[in-house]
Amino acid sequence: MPKLVTEKDVFSKAFITLEQDIPTGITTWLEKLKRDAADHFKQLGLPIQRRGNEEWKYTDLSPIAKIAFSPIEKFDSKKLKQEVLDYILLGNPSWNRLLFVDGNFEPDLSFVNDTDNIILKNIQDVVADKSYKLEQHLSKYKDYSNNAFVALNTAFIKDGAFIQIADNRLVKEPIHIIYITTASQPETASYPRTLILGGKGSQAEIIESYWGLDNEAYLTNAVTEIFVGQAASIKYYKLELQNENAFHISNTQVVQDSDSYFSSVNIDIGGKLVRNNIDFLTAGENTNSLFNGLYLINATQHVDNQVILDHAKPYTTSRELYKGVLGGKSRSVFHGSIIVRPGAVKVNAMQVDKNLLLSDKAEADTKPAFWIYCDDVKCGHGAACGQIDDQALFYLRSRGIDEETARNFLTRGFVNEIIDGIDNEDIRIEISSIVQAKLENIR
Amino acid sequence: MLEIRNLHANIDDKEILKGISLDVKAGELHAIMGPNGSGKSTLANVLAGKPSYKVTGGEVLLENQDLISMLPEERARAGLFLCFQHPVEVPGVRMDQFLRQSFNDIRKSKGEDQLDVLKFDKMLKEKVEIVGIDYSFVKRSVNEGFSGGEKKRNEILQMAVLQPKLAILDEPDSGLDVDALRQVAQAINNLRTDKNAVILVTHYQRILDYVVPDKVHVFVNGTIVQSGDKKLALEIESKGYDKYEERAGKDISA
Repeated sequence: MPKLVTEKDVFSKAFITLEQDIPTGITTWLEKLKRDAADHFKQLGLPIQRRGNEEWKYTDLSPIAKIAFSPIEKFDSKKLKQEVLDYILLGNPSWNRLLFVDGNFEPDLSFVNDTDNIILKNIQDVVADKSYKLEQHLSKYKDYSNNAFVALNTAFIKDGAFIQIADNRLVKEPIHIIYITTASQPETASYPRTLILGGKGSQAEIIESYWGLDNEAYLTNAVTEIFVGQAASIKYYKLELQNENAFHISNTQVVQDSDSYFSSVNIDIGGKLVRNNIDFLTAGENTNSLFNGLYLINATQHVDNQVILDHAKPYTTSRELYKGVLGGKSRSVFHGSIIVRPGAVKVNAMQVDKNLLLSDKAEADTKPAFWIYCDDVKCGHGAACGQIDDQALFYLRSRGIDEETARNFLTRGFVNEIIDGIDNEDIRIEISSIVQAKLENIR
Repeated sequence: MLEIRNLHANIDDKEILKGISLDVKAGELHAIMGPNGSGKSTLANVLAGKPSYKVTGGEVLLENQDLISMLPEERARAGLFLCFQHPVEVPGVRMDQFLRQSFNDIRKSKGEDQLDVLKFDKMLKEKVEIVGIDYSFVKRSVNEGFSGGEKKRNEILQMAVLQPKLAILDEPDSGLDVDALRQVAQAINNLRTDKNAVILVTHYQRILDYVVPDKVHVFVNGTIVQSGDKKLALEIESKGYDKYEERAGKDISA
């Protein structure tokens, strides 16, 4: 039975541990950053109050606040079964990867060999080494001063991934960052931190995946910062496969320099309560960006996606397509905001959220918002919420396909728009089979 | 092959079919003609088992099996096929995958061997050539972005693959220009054997220049007011439906 604690008490136990870990008299840049973030979190507190709190109106965070998070014993990585590991590696053990369990880096389960084109290191390894530009970049893209979860993550950075793609290099195979939570001890928390820097003219694909092995409840509070250099092309995939009792709060900040391309495919399958914040900012002209998402939820799952696109520069284009399949009594929230700053002419932004409800009690909330401060732009949005099309169902049945199989065809057809948009065949095949497995369980 | 006895059917509590009786033998092609609202398309949809229609009387036997009690998929597996007048789009579902599932499900229900992906694809290529469409169509989502003519040809392709015993074509000529019409007609003719049968619903006579019917039935106001051979179709072409509407008691002066 989770202990009921007040909001202030929630993290105080963990704070004491944090402050105890820092030796007096010695303060590295990272320790200073963490202390500052912790101070901010103490002021901000968790956004539990719902009334008047537009950003969190539909998502009740009090379950998180009620659970006190205890420190985790280090996991013995040799205990990880081979077939589980094979599954987590998405059937591609040749991809360069960093693997973390409960916030700890596991060098034996990681693999890096493309050192010509990429720097792929865990944060603890490069903190003290000034030749790696960690200090110049970490926390410079995602501001924690007004965001409690980002402040919390920054305060508790234990380890994470630092990825830097060299200028003008094409990285042939995807880079895989894996964050596993063992979830065998009750009520634990981890704070994954990822920093991705795409050099000028570079091209790479990065997958971030989140896994929960056992069934206990836990909190994953993740922050990912992505800087896409001038004329670079970065494709990012996020796979959230937490267990059904998990709380997953993620903040992803993308900053794109001029003439670059960025795409993001965000797949939510697990979790009891999931909140993803994606913030995007154009730091230069002629950027092209794609934000796609797929959420497949059942039972009492709750997924909340907030995407804020800040078109600060002219001649920038974005496309957003989020699709959800909801069963049981699940609930989804989608808030898509588009900002076009003064002077940002010829911005072209289109945002769509579509939901397929497979049960009567599922509910999808969708809210687009536009702040447009420039006339010469094209911005639009679309939203749809419905059940399986009866006409299409009859069409398939009239060709001899039984009703259940026909429904599956149509549901898969609905999600295929997102899956088919994945260029890399290896990634597409893996994601397709994971998606298919979840769809079979949504009623 | 098909026996319809005094069939009554309604939709939204409005009776559309008011006692249809019809016999179709193997090897025959029957044309059903009539003015708008006469119930021709309703008959096609009721035979296929469209959920919104309710049968309130009569019976239909397909090779001596009670058709009305069968689910739509069961009717297809029994050998019935409906060419829709307005085929619906099914986004995200690829044509070849859908057809393969359909083909194999029908085979399975008959205890016959199913085809794997490669064998099915080979067969599909052959049919695509026979029907005269481009192979690239089968990689697209079902009917998505298809023109009217392309949708009709897609229906014919499905018919060629599934080889039904009884094909019901609901206005396969509507919205087609002369060339497309000829192509569709040719494809229909190529698929006819002495073992299968066709019911062709049409408003206009012109397709019957290419697809010659064995029998023609005129529908007015939910009943068959006249049956005959292909000469009946030509009579309607020159004289219209007025005579038959009068006969059916419809007030045409209104």
